[in-house]
Amino acid sequence: MSLRFSLRNAVVGALLAVLLLVPVYAALSGNTFAMTLFTRIVILAIAAVSLNLIMGFGGMVSFGHAAYLGIGGYVVGILAKEGINSGFVQWPLALLLSGLFALGVGALSLRTRGVYFIMITLAFAQVVYYVANGLDRYGGDDGLTIQRRSDFAGVVDLSNRTLFYYLCLVVLLATLYAVWRLVNSRFGLVIQGARSNDRRMNAIGFPTFRYRLTCFVIAGVLCGLAGVLLANHTNFISPALMHWTRSGDLIVMAVLGGMGTVFGPVIGAVVLLVMEEALPFLIGIASHVATGKEVAAAKEYWQLILGPMLLLIVLYARGGIDGLMASVRRG
Amino acid sequence: MLYLIEQGLNGIQLGMLLFLLAAGLTLIFGIMDLVNLAHGSLYMLGAYFAATFIGLTDSFLAGIALGLVATLVAGMVLEVIAIRPLYGRDHLDHVLGTFGLLIFFNELVRLIWGPAGLTISLPAEMLTAVQVLPGVFYPLYRLVIIVATLVVALLLYVLVMRTRLGMLIRAGASNREMVGALGVNIKLLYTLVFGLGAALAGFAGMMQAPLAFVQIGMGENILILAFVVIIIGGIGSIRGAFVAAVMVGLIDTMGRAFLPDLVRHFLSYSAGSSAGPALSSMLIYTLMAAVLVFRPEGLFPATSK
Repeated sequence: MSLRFSLRNAVVGALLAVLLLVPVYAALSGNTFAMTLFTRIVILAIAAVSLNLIMGFGGMVSFGHAAYLGIGGYVVGILAKEGINSGFVQWPLALLLSGLFALGVGALSLRTRGVYFIMITLAFAQVVYYVANGLDRYGGDDGLTIQRRSDFAGVVDLSNRTLFYYLCLVVLLATLYAVWRLVNSRFGLVIQGARSNDRRMNAIGFPTFRYRLTCFVIAGVLCGLAGVLLANHTNFISPALMHWTRSGDLIVMAVLGGMGTVFGPVIGAVVLLVMEEALPFLIGIASHVATGKEVAAAKEYWQLILGPMLLLIVLYARGGIDGLMASVRRG
Repeated sequence: MLYLIEQGLNGIQLGMLLFLLAAGLTLIFGIMDLVNLAHGSLYMLGAYFAATFIGLTDSFLAGIALGLVATLVAGMVLEVIAIRPLYGRDHLDHVLGTFGLLIFFNELVRLIWGPAGLTISLPAEMLTAVQVLPGVFYPLYRLVIIVATLVVALLLYVLVMRTRLGMLIRAGASNREMVGALGVNIKLLYTLVFGLGAALAGFAGMMQAPLAFVQIGMGENILILAFVVIIIGGIGSIRGAFVAAVMVGLIDTMGRAFLPDLVRHFLSYSAGSSAGPALSSMLIYTLMAAVLVFRPEGLFPATSK
């Protein structure tokens, strides 16, 4: 990763600057909504980066990645409900369970390829989804409100919104750094080799199954951490956290930003979630221009634009936004 | 015992609906090698079309017939506009592209029919229960679903195995280039197959609609079950889809009906009621995982591959 000036590096730098300055802007303008939105963006970006590790670099298209968000979130929620608020208990346990779940799912599903892999990861996520639905004590399908955020005995106060935002951002940056180091290490090269040609990697003596499984577990743990943060952010968990369309959203973020680049999923998460908020406004303006008066109802239908846009991105911009930027530089 | 028969019939009925969805899915997958997440949207569209046409014509049968035609046309238009460019792409592209379509259709339905769901009411003569065995009564409409689906399954079998079109479909599944080289209009064939799949999904949606609501996103959860069915049955195999659909339907219904009692033996009453759906879906997905691990090509792999 050279530090030459390029459109890509400029965008990444600008985006990081924006992410760093969000709380400042929120404090100056009193816009707490921006804070809430960007905390959410940063957390889901962590999840998307972790998915990208296995999907973009390892070629393992997991369609059940939201399950880890759910596991991380439910560990926090369930422990909080049972009166265990200490983050020193909640967080490690959440990461441990996410990792164990990933180990089990990976051990079975990594024996399959292609669409079978997509479907089996989806199936396991569905199991977790239905289990959460069945947890009557913890709200069933209505979900569960978390009364207190994780308590770190005075080390960090998570109920301070600014502090919490920066904590999430630090986790995101640490995740990015870890993934970057990982994919450029020997381990990462084996993973990428296995994506291109698993059989050949095996033939030259790499037990790729073990490598891929380890990678799958790392991604699961990282996404479990995102789940922990998300539960602390919203103070609420429900099975909707891991509905299969949520896994689809994560895939969209990774692909939209640019699969197989370390930073791409962050761009994807920002663009998708900001678009969710901005498209209704844009549609409102467009309807104003077109009809002379604001058509309030038109704003609701922003997904009519999002859906076909996804299809167009798949068809004409396979590298995602990152790929577009790279092609601008190439001319 | 009565309960067992009743639940068994319910399971078969659910299996039949799953088969309708899975047959289209497996045809599209087997022949065009396309993962179609928007298949559930066609299920939803079918139900909405039928509800609309039943309202317009005041006749249940006419509404169903018109709804089927409308779903068939919608499917073929969708294929030409949006699906065709996806052929030959990576499966991840299929998942993403059709996920976009799914979002689009949910929103389109909301725009046209509004956010509140619709209902389809059955004609009065369907509302009775019939005696299936001495002393065992069962709702007539659910029997109608079973019989109608069996007829459709039979027609599908005849179409695929006994007609020229079916021969082309099977040929297309085993070697598309060769079929194209022999002068068959493969594009048109694909459009027809997709339309057929859409009509089957739409038929499932409109059959199910009177038993539940017609609502946005109604096809999403059952779509996942249909994927499970085609994986258990073997991708591309209609016979496999049929057997697996009945299996999954029975496991799901029986699990929901009887597992709670089993749990209640060991735990509290309420634990049983809430654990039922979770346990039965776990059974289904465990079955799928077992099939994938031990027989990755499915229980009844398509012979053409």
